[in-house]
Amino acid sequence: MSPKSLFEKVWDAHQVVGETPDAPAVLYIDLHLVHEVTSPQAFAVLNERGLKVRRPERTLATMDHSTPTLDFAPGETPPYVNEAARKQVETLEVNTAAHGVQLLGWNSDNRGVVHVIGPELGATQPGMTIVCGDSHTATHGAFGALAFGIGTTEVSHVLATQCLLQRKPKSMRVTLRGRAPANVSAKDMVLAVIAKLGVDGGTGSVIEYAGEAIEALDMEGRMTVCNMSIEAGARAGMIAPDELTFAYLKGRERAPQGAAWDAAVAHWRTLKSDDGAQFDKEVVIDATTLKPMLTWGTAPDTGIAVDAAVPAARHASDTKAAQYMGVTPGESLQGLKVNQVFVGSCTNGRLSDLRAAAEVLRGRKVADDVRMLIVPGSKSVRDAAEAEGLHDVFQAAGAQWRQPGCSMCIAMNGDRGEPGELIVSTSNRNFEGRQGPGARTVLASPAMAAAAAVAGAIIDPQTLSEAAHV
Amino acid sequence: MSETATGFKSLSSRTYVMAQENIDTDQIIPARFLTTTSRQGLGAVVFHDWRYESAGAVKEDEPLNSLDVTAHRILVAGRNFGCGSSREHAPWALADFGFQAVISSEIADIFRSNAAKNGILPIVAPKAAHDWLLAHDDVEVTIDLDAQRVDLGNGPSFEFDIEPFAKHCLMEGVDPLGFLMARMDDIAQFEAARS
Ligand code: SF4
Repeated sequence: MSPKSLFEKVWDAHQVVGETPDAPAVLYIDLHLVHEVTSPQAFAVLNERGLKVRRPERTLATMDHSTPTLDFAPGETPPYVNEAARKQVETLEVNTAAHGVQLLGWNSDNRGVVHVIGPELGATQPGMTIVCGDSHTATHGAFGALAFGIGTTEVSHVLATQCLLQRKPKSMRVTLRGRAPANVSAKDMVLAVIAKLGVDGGTGSVIEYAGEAIEALDMEGRMTVCNMSIEAGARAGMIAPDELTFAYLKGRERAPQGAAWDAAVAHWRTLKSDDGAQFDKEVVIDATTLKPMLTWGTAPDTGIAVDAAVPAARHASDTKAAQYMGVTPGESLQGLKVNQVFVGSCTNGRLSDLRAAAEVLRGRKVADDVRMLIVPGSKSVRDAAEAEGLHDVFQAAGAQWRQPGCSMCIAMNGDRGEPGELIVSTSNRNFEGRQGPGARTVLASPAMAAAAAVAGAIIDPQTLSEAAHV
Repeated sequence: MSETATGFKSLSSRTYVMAQENIDTDQIIPARFLTTTSRQGLGAVVFHDWRYESAGAVKEDEPLNSLDVTAHRILVAGRNFGCGSSREHAPWALADFGFQAVISSEIADIFRSNAAKNGILPIVAPKAAHDWLLAHDDVEVTIDLDAQRVDLGNGPSFEFDIEPFAKHCLMEGVDPLGFLMARMDDIAQFEAARS
């Protein structure tokens, strides 16, 4: 048998009907994640046609995008930003109840951002096909699953048939050779990868991330990397599962138990690219030279090292982006005044991210005129952070400790920036207005974001710690 | 033209050019308008933040605000149109506004798939033709879907690729869900063999 890549192994195992020149493959979906924003019109299609959800047990719903992150008392109506948001969440409650789909709702201890909760519950497993009406579904690829975002029409297809019509994507391998320096986080690595590939460098492809620097990451770091695959245009990102993957999943609520666990692990061990597997494209990056990264522009591929200058404009879009951001080619970003700092999202809203932010904030204060929001990716993350006292660190520093949700990553629940404000954000998109009309976004790691909050300006976290030791 | 209409055979209309590269789905429809539970009426907020001041006033200098879309069904956009999120609200909004085709030198994957499902023909043009279209605002263009050909009059006409099934669905008004439902036996067999 000819050698296969990890992606091909998962793809082949899920083809119900192979593709032909006339029609795409019918691909079976193991896990369908659903949230309130991209599902109402899909459930409406089912309801109009009198169809049922084919596999409710393979469907898992949560609410995260439109949900407020402010506290409210039990029994009170959550403080929604507007009526439309309330109606959207309630529509999900009605739809999931009518179709027998489990919803991790307001009363669930497992509620959270859709890409945070899947792995936490052990619902995300190696070798699975996973889809969601959400472009950051690639996050789950950190476990060796083939996971990608779909549109709402396709959500209706999966609800009704547990299948999707898909053409086989191309494959790409991105190898991060060598070990990254200790101050380089997973976020820095993926920002560097996207800067190298460009926002469309991965279009049409599934990326497999490999190499020593990737293997050295913990599962949360691997999720951060796979999460941002779409920012290079890729359909999905994957990392071959290993002992770390199995250790993470063992004992989780939805993971296989007992003999089924042993059988699953035996199968999972086969899920790696064979020697000699072919990729449509190979990219190699030297991880040993990477540095902490920041974006200067309005697309995620504008990452530069913290000590680098904003590059000269390559085309008109760059000039426009620099103007929008208020940055000058040839100058460093350091010293740029910051108005808000957001730590959270499915990119950097997990426990290790909160720990990294807390490490910087411990014993320090958020600058007076900076608002800092710390939004855990899920209720479980929030509970775990409180169990180790991280919330005390945040609150003592003057940051706001919020309830879980997407929050300022997408700014549709009322948490947002004002026109002209500069936000250092651990999320994944710095598009114009992504965090509020006219708001400007600098993407960074949790450590970088926390340092900016303390300094009130963009600063190399390393400089901050030196200053503190004077 | 819609998912359930009788089909898209050809289209003759004028172009409207948005030369900016990487126009992302947050530009096409900002996230705060995604709280809707319907797919109707989103044309009112398409490119909202380009068309309106943050206080809500109409931006007089934004050409979209005075565009006669009934005569300009074809949006010509800079490279990598539709990047960003998977929100199908983007093609819903463009279609509701009145666009029926998007031409760029590159179109992001999920947007491309979503567009074809909602009566917006996504066309990837060769660089020369794309450059010509960007440089010539408001020209008459004829799209022949069956022949997969775009006629630019004085410009460099070209042929384009489209996924054959998407073409079939667009031309015949075929519903992909019906196609999948017709494979239910195969799906059931697949499930049985795995369990
Ligand atoms: S945290 Fe941001 S990127 Fe992740 S699912 Fe929510 S809105 Fe999307």
